[in-house]
Amino acid sequence: MTGRTWRKVRNGLLFTLPWTVGLLGFIVYPVVASVYHSFCDYSVLRPAVWIGLGNYVDLLQDEVFWIALWNTVVFAVVALPLGIVTAIGLALLLNTKVRGVVVYRTIFFIPSLVPMVTLAMLWMWIFNGRYGILNYVLNGVMRWLHLPWEAPGWLLDPHWAKPALILMGLWGCGHAVVIFLAGLQDIPETLYEAAEIDGANRWQKTWHVTLPMLSPVIYFNLIMGIIGTFQVFAVPYIMTGGGPGRATLFYTMAIFQFAFEDLRMGYASAMAVILFLIIVGLTWLATRVSRGHVHYGGL
Amino acid sequence: MRVRSVCLAMVMGLVGCGRGTRDGRVHITYWEKWTGFEADAMQRVVDRFNASQTGITVHFMSISGIGRKLLMATAGGNPPDVAGIWSSSLPTYAEHGALVGLDEYCRRAGIGAEDYVPIVWRICQYEGRTWGLPSTPGSTALIWNKEMFRRAGLDPERPPRTIEELDEYAARLTRYDERSNLVHLGFLPTEPGWWNFAWIYYFGGQVWDGTNRILYDTPAGLAMFRWIASYTERYGLNALQQFSAGFGNFASPQNAFLAGKVAMVLQGVWMHNFIEKYAPGLEWGAAPFPAVDGVDPPVVYTEADVLVIPRGAKHADAAFEFIRFVQRPEVMEELCLGQLKASPLRRVSAGFFARHPHPYLGVFYQTMWSRRAFSTPALPIHDEVVREVNIAVDLVRLGQVSPEAAVQQVQRRAQRALDRLLRQRARRREGVGRLSCESSEVGQR
Repeated sequence: MTGRTWRKVRNGLLFTLPWTVGLLGFIVYPVVASVYHSFCDYSVLRPAVWIGLGNYVDLLQDEVFWIALWNTVVFAVVALPLGIVTAIGLALLLNTKVRGVVVYRTIFFIPSLVPMVTLAMLWMWIFNGRYGILNYVLNGVMRWLHLPWEAPGWLLDPHWAKPALILMGLWGCGHAVVIFLAGLQDIPETLYEAAEIDGANRWQKTWHVTLPMLSPVIYFNLIMGIIGTFQVFAVPYIMTGGGPGRATLFYTMAIFQFAFEDLRMGYASAMAVILFLIIVGLTWLATRVSRGHVHYGGL
Repeated sequence: MRVRSVCLAMVMGLVGCGRGTRDGRVHITYWEKWTGFEADAMQRVVDRFNASQTGITVHFMSISGIGRKLLMATAGGNPPDVAGIWSSSLPTYAEHGALVGLDEYCRRAGIGAEDYVPIVWRICQYEGRTWGLPSTPGSTALIWNKEMFRRAGLDPERPPRTIEELDEYAARLTRYDERSNLVHLGFLPTEPGWWNFAWIYYFGGQVWDGTNRILYDTPAGLAMFRWIASYTERYGLNALQQFSAGFGNFASPQNAFLAGKVAMVLQGVWMHNFIEKYAPGLEWGAAPFPAVDGVDPPVVYTEADVLVIPRGAKHADAAFEFIRFVQRPEVMEELCLGQLKASPLRRVSAGFFARHPHPYLGVFYQTMWSRRAFSTPALPIHDEVVREVNIAVDLVRLGQVSPEAAVQQVQRRAQRALDRLLRQRARRREGVGRLSCESSEVGQR
């Protein structure tokens, strides 16, 4: 290596040093340590004691683990497709050539700028059984239609708490909408023209041109969505704390409880490792299933 | 050049957190959970201590979310020298070896059980050793709204004396409007629902047997859950949910009791402050909270704020000097007066009650002496027990689960946690599986 290239390498390393140190210290080390501790009985305050697969065996017999996993899976299975379909729908609408479309785009994006905690507090009021605006409207409609039902207590009702959280999740789909919009605008006009010449109607154009061309973006949003829904934490933590009962105890909330309330770091680490494996597995599955359905740039 | 010195100053600032001792005094840090007037009262005690001698300076810091921060600071080997924690977390800290034992210090200072109200001293013990000394105690009582009693045709000076009577009063104090919506309630076991685990004591039971068994699957446990279910049955789930959705934050005028929506509550000595602040005109009374008929003397739930020395504290001796100072009768009384609480001490000066602005201080102080006074059980897994009870109470209250099933659920889950704790202890004692885990030596430092 000549002096000059060495200097270049050195400078390069120096410039990336802060990032490298951060990566090693704050990401690599914690990940490795938590994998290690998942095989230990570890309370943070006392030295860890190696117990092999003890935590994993315990977890499989722990109903709380299964409840948290079930809640998360239900949440993901409903919230994820719902979110993607809604976002695509909105993106398609916002991609039409109408007057003031920029204003509409902004309006739909603005909610996703609201900070998570504010959002949670706001929705707690919206869902409030007695004074919430949602029930005010719902009950009004039911009375108007002379229906005998009454709107549920949402967050206070074990059957409605999860659906409530899923519904409010749609509030933040603005990010996905923007990504879909960018994807839509990337689709060459020539494809639509060709389709039109072949006599395709609007629906056929959407189904045979737009969606295939959009598939890489859908795929991206799907993967991000899987990761996001399996890590849902802040909003339910603030709004329900996992209740009522354990109806909204999601996976990461259970990890938090075990780690920081019960001082069972090893147990929580084991749960985190399992979550990692689940996400890797699902991502692999999504890649596998979408192979042949994802078209990159029409190639 | 200037840039370099600025950088240097910044680095020094970051590194040099340790307090200098140029004035020849030992500087110790004291983390406390209090804010507001309670913190002010403690600050005055700290100032008095700092002025009273020349060897030690205490730096008082009000820390939010102290439990988790203290935990991490202790695990990281850099805890404060003194910490004020809730008595309910003392067993957990002690079990995990996070506290400095105070027996030897107490013996040398001549501090012992004979100085304190028995329950308060018990609170500071875990597994036969002393791990902290009290700052201020918080006992609880039945607090009732006299005006609501009067309107319901009840004698405002005569509170219910048994749970059976409480239920009867509750029925008479409840009002519906013409559309059969609730206007106000006599009583609701889950308002505010801070100590659901504790109801079992009012039914003559207890959380565990002190050795290896959780005791919720007992007649007392079942009675407690049936009692909670009876309130949902009585008021109706829908009506109750609609009604309680309107309850505001505890520390606000919309607090269910302060707003006159609930006539009787189980609350602590501090309720006086909240009444003064948010509902100054409220006419109220305090008496021992009733227990089920036949359980005598009064069952009184009591906690205390406890001063501890975290393991790894740099100046444990100086820290104890400060804790000891707080235990002096005249200092303790000043602190309790400042925080509007009763004293944890066995002997109280004649002037204390006379000067104290709390109208029912006597009730809160006297009842702490009850043979049936109890506090959080000395169980390091208490938080888990509390969570299980809260969840079960929630489900019973919502009519999702029968009291019988709830009892079984709590028993199973809590017993599982207790068994785990006992296994951990056994493992520690035998030193089995001592394959060292070097990355976690932090704990030992």
